[in-house]
Amino acid sequence: MSIHLESATFQGYKRENGRVGVRNHVVVLPVDDLSNAACEAVAHNVKGTLALPHPYGRLQFGADLELHFRTLIGTGANPNVAAVVVVCIEDGWAKKVADGICASGKPVAHFGIEQHGDHDTIMRASKAAKEYVQWASELRREERPLKDLWVSTKCGESDTTSGIGANPCVGNAFDKLYAQGVTLVFGETTELTGGEHLVAARCRTPKVREQFMAMFDRYQAVVDRHKTSDLMDSQPTKGNIAGGLTTIEEKALGNIQKIGRKCMIDGVIDKAEIPSGPGLWFMDSSSAAAEMVTLCAASGYVVHFFPTGQGNVIGNPILPVIKLCANPRTVRTMAEHIDVDVTGITRKEMNMDQAGDKLLEMMFRTANGRLTAAEALGHREFVLTRLYESA
Amino acid sequence: MIHFVVHDEGDSVGVVVVEGVKASQELTGWIMDQDREIQVRAQSDIPIGHKLAIRALAANDTVIKYGVDIGRAVAPIKVGEHAHVQNIKTKRW
Repeated sequence: MSIHLESATFQGYKRENGRVGVRNHVVVLPVDDLSNAACEAVAHNVKGTLALPHPYGRLQFGADLELHFRTLIGTGANPNVAAVVVVCIEDGWAKKVADGICASGKPVAHFGIEQHGDHDTIMRASKAAKEYVQWASELRREERPLKDLWVSTKCGESDTTSGIGANPCVGNAFDKLYAQGVTLVFGETTELTGGEHLVAARCRTPKVREQFMAMFDRYQAVVDRHKTSDLMDSQPTKGNIAGGLTTIEEKALGNIQKIGRKCMIDGVIDKAEIPSGPGLWFMDSSSAAAEMVTLCAASGYVVHFFPTGQGNVIGNPILPVIKLCANPRTVRTMAEHIDVDVTGITRKEMNMDQAGDKLLEMMFRTANGRLTAAEALGHREFVLTRLYESA
Repeated sequence: MIHFVVHDEGDSVGVVVVEGVKASQELTGWIMDQDREIQVRAQSDIPIGHKLAIRALAANDTVIKYGVDIGRAVAPIKVGEHAHVQNIKTKRW
């Protein structure tokens, strides 16, 4: 291939904790829905900052609340983020989230709205944000080895061409990255239904296999408990069915092409947990695109491979989402969303090895600073996973 | 020209990868794993991305794709016929 992966490097931002990012965002992070307005006002006041509004954070409890904090802290701590301003309706949880992010070593300031009101909070938070964005603007990229790049994948609005072309293309790239000690992740627990035995067979140890199957079985029980049908139009989605996918089993077998043919699953993580070492990780997660990609960002991943068939338009505020597609109709009708065209596979103009290299080339360009289609189009879907009702 | 793709020679279905396939059209398929070609006559109009049967299936037969079970036929499906939600259902959920 044109890129020698053994010696390949990219230009990234080395953070205080040794992790390396490929973007340099200053994030204004609301802990709860009530703080969205203040955060958006700060991002309006201070150019080059990014607010991450979301609808949750009030009266959550137990594991659902822990996941909320873990996702927010992980998002702030992600190496694609240079510094963070945290805003919450009250001081206590603002400090809790800020302290969690602060453990990564990066600059964090936090503000509570109560006893101040929006105006005063926005003024003080804007002053902090301005200091951070000017400081971040002087940080420089440096040359880093490939293994410092953490790469996630999740597919969306899949169709049959996903399983033929775009997903095995990711699998080919994952096989090559795995051999170089890159930290990888996939997930989408229900979307392995019908292919779970193939995933289990790829687990490195009996213990990992047991952990994977426990996560898979738990999620099946959730579906069984709540379902009112065979989930047709939900999983597979209406879009999947329009694209020719018929059953969850067919969709799952296409989905798991993304983990290639050689790499082994070295471990499992729960939602938004941070993997403890290189290799391929399975994250127990929703198959909904924005939820899953948000969790990947919170787990510390800095570049994402997103194969699509019918044309999912998703992006993420801090994680560059590289879209690839093997469906010629989608590439024609939705060209502005596609970063890597792999339609040549079904015309026999490109083999899978060449397709994988084409994706890796775009991965390096993206890591070095090229904006993805989703970034250029302003797709910033930030969607927190909920486990159950608020109190 | 490749009109449809089959993952494995043991599969019961292939995927149409070009637009505008019409009933009675003679189609060329590429079996990817074995890298060989087959011919099938379409029995229906089939949209891009949708499947056609390359083996005759009876109701309750298991449908194979990627060499793996992807569900069951709920009606007979002729070779070259559109194979989708009207004649195949999941065995799960």
